[in-house]
Amino acid sequence: MLQRRIPLVIVFITGVLMSIQYFIPHPVSQSAYNIALTWFRGVSSMAYAIAVISFVRHHSRRLKQPQNSFYSAVALAAFLFMCIVGFGFGIEEGTVFYKMYLNVQVPLQATTFSLLAFYMASAAYRAFRVKGFEATLLLITAFIVMFGVTTIGNYIPFIPKLTEWLMAVPNLASKRGILIGVGLGMISTSLKIILGIERNWLGG
Amino acid sequence: MRKFLIKLSKIERRYIYLTLFLALTLPLIFPPNFPQKMSPTVKSVFEFIDTLPPGSHVLLSADYDASVLPEVDPMYRAVLKHCILRGVVPIGMTLYPQGAVLALDAFKEAEEYLGARRDTDYVFLGYQAGFQAVILGIGENIKNVFPKDYFGTPIDSIPAMRGVNNYKDIALVISFSGSSVPVTWVIYAYSKYHQKVAAAVTAVSAADFYPYIQTGQFVGMLAGMKGAAEYEYAVRKIMKDEGIEKLPPAKAVKGMDANSIGHLLIMLFIIIGNLGYFASKRRK
Repeated sequence: MLQRRIPLVIVFITGVLMSIQYFIPHPVSQSAYNIALTWFRGVSSMAYAIAVISFVRHHSRRLKQPQNSFYSAVALAAFLFMCIVGFGFGIEEGTVFYKMYLNVQVPLQATTFSLLAFYMASAAYRAFRVKGFEATLLLITAFIVMFGVTTIGNYIPFIPKLTEWLMAVPNLASKRGILIGVGLGMISTSLKIILGIERNWLGG
Repeated sequence: MRKFLIKLSKIERRYIYLTLFLALTLPLIFPPNFPQKMSPTVKSVFEFIDTLPPGSHVLLSADYDASVLPEVDPMYRAVLKHCILRGVVPIGMTLYPQGAVLALDAFKEAEEYLGARRDTDYVFLGYQAGFQAVILGIGENIKNVFPKDYFGTPIDSIPAMRGVNNYKDIALVISFSGSSVPVTWVIYAYSKYHQKVAAAVTAVSAADFYPYIQTGQFVGMLAGMKGAAEYEYAVRKIMKDEGIEKLPPAKAVKGMDANSIGHLLIMLFIIIGNLGYFASKRRK
C-alpha cells in the first residue's frame, strides 16, 4: 500500500510546489528551484542505467532462443567490447573507443538511415497513383514540394514561393491544430498525474 | 507503346535501386556544383549571426546522432565557421551523448581551416544529461550545469566564458537536431527566459517547425540538406572573400547535388508508374 501511496504523495507535493514556485521570483523560491534542477539532472541520468540493464536483460534472454541468438550475441559482444575499451582506456580523442565510434558506429547508423531513400523510391513508384481527387491533390502537392527542395527548383520562377506557401500556410494550419491538441493533452495529463488520477506511471 | 508502359510500370525493385544508386553516387563523384540560392528561413539565421557584434556568444547545441549526420552535421560545421569568421564566440554543447564526438570533430575542423583557438575563439562544453533540466539550468547559471568544459577546464578559467552566466549573455541558441529537441528549447529557454532560438533540422522533420517560425519563436530555420548547402555555400563565399585559400570539403553542396538528382529521379519514377497505371486501366 505504502509502495503506491508514498510516490503519489511525493508527486503531488512536488507538482504543486513547482507550479507555485514558477510565479514567485523570491530568492528562497529560486534556490528551491535550483535544488530541484540538480535533482532533475541526477534522476534523468539514472535513465541510462535503466536502459543498460534493460538492454542486457533483453538480449541475455534472447540468447536462449536459437533463431535470435546470433544477433543478440553480436549486440552483447559489441556492448561489452565498447564498455571494456571505454572504461579501460578512456574515451578521449585518439582512443580505441573514439575511433570505433567514429569509424564503425557513425557509418553504420548513417547507412541504415540512408537506406530509407531506396525504400521511398520503390514505394513512390508502386503506390503513388492518380486514383481519385484526393490522390491527385496529394500528388501535385508532393511534386511541388519535391521540386522546391531541389536546387533546380530554385530557378523555376514560381516554385520556391509556392513551396514556401504550402509549408507556411496549409501545412502550418494542420500542424498548429495538432500542437494545440497535444498541448491541451499535456496539461490535462500533467494535472491527472499530480492529482493522482492517472497512475499508469506506477506500473499499472 | 502501351505494352511497353505497362511493362515499365512493373519493373523489378532491384532496377529502381540500381538507378537511384547511380543517380546518388555519380553527382558525388562528378559534382555538377549547382549554385545555391538562400531561402528566407536560412537567410534569417545567417543575417542574425552576420550582424552580431564581435565577442557575442552563440550556443550551438549538437542535439543529433550519427543517423542524421549527413544532413545536420554540415549545418553545424557551416554555422560554427560563420561564427568564428565574424568574431562571434561559439559555445558548443550537446543534449545527446553521441553528439559530443561529432561536434568536437567540427571544432577540430574549424581549428584546422580557420586557426580557431580553444577557450579563446570557441568553447566546447560537451554533454550533460537531462534535456529540460539542462536547458532550464543554463537559464539560472551555466556554471551550475557545466562546472567544467569537455576537456576538464573549469569554466571560470576559460577566457572566452568571462561574463557569460546565463541566457542574458547569449545572443542566440541554435539546436541542431533530427528530432523535436528544438521545440524543447522553445518551451524552456524561449518561454521562460525569452532566449532567442533557431533550429537546424532534417528535411523530414522541418514541416513540424513552421508554426514556431510564424510566431517568431524561432529566429529562422535550416531545413534539410538544402538548408545545409545554402548556408555552407554562403560561408565558403565569405572564406573566399577573406582570401582563405584552403577550404574544407563542401559536403552539403555536393550532397545537395546528389539529393536534387535523386528527387528528380523519384519524380520520374512516379510519372512512369502513373503512365503504366493508366495504360493498364485503359486496356481493361
